[in-house]
Amino acid sequence: MRRLIIRRLLQTIPMIFFVSLVCFALVKAAPGDPVKTFLPPNIHQADIERIRHNLGLDQPAYVQYAKWLKESLSGNLGYSLVNHMPVTKQILDRLPATAGLMGAAIALAVLLAIPLGLAAGSNRNKWVDKLVNLFAYIGISVPLFWLAILFVYFFSIKMHWLPSLGMHTIGKKGAIDVIKHGILPCSVLAISFLSSYVRYIRSGTISQLKEDYVQIQYAFGSGKRTILFRHVMKHVLLPIITLLGMSMGELVTGAIVTETVFSWPGIGSLGMTAVRGLDYPVILGITLFSSLLLIIGNLLADILYGFADPRIKTTR
Amino acid sequence: MNRSKWRNVGAELMANKAGIVAILVLVVFALAAAFAFLSSKDPNEMNVMEKLRHPGAAHWFGTDDYGRDYFARALYGGRVSLTVGFLAMILSTGIGVTIGVISGYFGGLIDSLLMRFVEIIMSIPSFLILLLLSIYLKPSIGNLIVIISLLMWMNISRIVRAETMSLKEREYVLYAKASGQSSFGIIGRHILPNLVSVIIVSATNNVASAIMMESSLSFLGFGVQAPNATWGSMLNGAQGLMFSSPYLAIFPGLLIFLTVLSFNVLGDILRVGFEPKLGKR
Repeated sequence: MRRLIIRRLLQTIPMIFFVSLVCFALVKAAPGDPVKTFLPPNIHQADIERIRHNLGLDQPAYVQYAKWLKESLSGNLGYSLVNHMPVTKQILDRLPATAGLMGAAIALAVLLAIPLGLAAGSNRNKWVDKLVNLFAYIGISVPLFWLAILFVYFFSIKMHWLPSLGMHTIGKKGAIDVIKHGILPCSVLAISFLSSYVRYIRSGTISQLKEDYVQIQYAFGSGKRTILFRHVMKHVLLPIITLLGMSMGELVTGAIVTETVFSWPGIGSLGMTAVRGLDYPVILGITLFSSLLLIIGNLLADILYGFADPRIKTTR
Repeated sequence: MNRSKWRNVGAELMANKAGIVAILVLVVFALAAAFAFLSSKDPNEMNVMEKLRHPGAAHWFGTDDYGRDYFARALYGGRVSLTVGFLAMILSTGIGVTIGVISGYFGGLIDSLLMRFVEIIMSIPSFLILLLLSIYLKPSIGNLIVIISLLMWMNISRIVRAETMSLKEREYVLYAKASGQSSFGIIGRHILPNLVSVIIVSATNNVASAIMMESSLSFLGFGVQAPNATWGSMLNGAQGLMFSSPYLAIFPGLLIFLTVLSFNVLGDILRVGFEPKLGKR
């Protein structure tokens, strides 16, 4: 086990290095001169050169990269071109809103997907299965932003049940208000995650039910429910761990799209504002940050998988 | 790829009502997009007198806030979405299959290098790169297709690599090698034909994800530029008008949904048809 963890950790370091290299290359590829966008147009050429020198922009790219990497590793992702705030602080300020929303959506999705997937897989081609399958198909095919718009229309504009914008009502405080604002974005995300989880759990259940140990349990007289929840579920949950690790990329897309539609003040809407304002340091800070999360997510998924299924240790 | 497999796929399609509906939907949408010019209305013609008309006989899908005919816009928007989806699928499949086959067949250093490369690209959230690149480049349809393809070939290359690795150990491949056939001859004659089913299934799913990417990007305002319509950008415009004209948000979204749904349904039916041992779903 320890060897697996050490090996995966060692593989992660060059990954982070290359990802940071790609991120840096993306900044360098940005059109426009980063110095000139800061300055008034009638400034002297000599002054431009001086500022360029002070910022280290006259040095070769690899020196700039080394400096940037050193700063990034110590937690300084630079400063916003628009409001000059440190990027790291902006990301960390927005993190709770996004983490809360995503955490709630994933938890909801997993909690619903397990019983639905098990029910569908163990009642193959019966009405439960068909219903769950139909729902999952709709869930993976519906554009997230359209679902969000429809929810806003129905639940906020038509029925006035729930607020559709932001995280707080002005002048109100407290957890209940935040939860009320979170219900719609959270449900939209949960539906989209849920659908892919359900499909995995369902097909996992189907293949597990064909295994010998299930037949033996039947022969010993265990009920269907016992077999499903005590034995099949364990095996079916394994792929979900990897799926969670892998779905970090979808989380990012989900965060950007839902937070934009619902004006949720998280990292996704920060990213969209930065993209609209061509605020490269912020965009790259977020890209680097989310790539790191993705790599760590995959790493954790692999390690957890190793704990849950000891066979992995030897084969990987 | 033998004939019985194709027959199996055909039977699977015909036996499945959802499959027939999916094909019908896609054929109708493709024809509508191809023959959009037959519509008497110009998708970009503004008419202030006619603005925000609800759907009716004169305007099947109503008109938007500039008085443009929404049905005509949906037709031309579909043209963009379907073109991007289809061409991005071709390009990404091409890249993915090439890299996957090379990686799987030759193995060793090339394989490790290529697969590390795939891992690196996969660990940067693709939607962020998509957003970034679409600011750098002018988002013409051609650029959009290239960018989306460059972010979509990784999965296919992994699947093809795994499949190639198992194919190259088969006896007929070993025999071909022993009899002195060149590597590329073997790949062309023995490996690729056996990959067709895997490729078709992933390619079908890739069309769906390409359309989804394009419309998400256009929805956020970074796709094909105004005044040209795509389904995603139509939704972007509709968002602020939901109070008075909810139909503006319904139609484009429904079209994206039906297209993506049809491709997903087809992809699943094809997979079952090609791999009967997976069993009917």
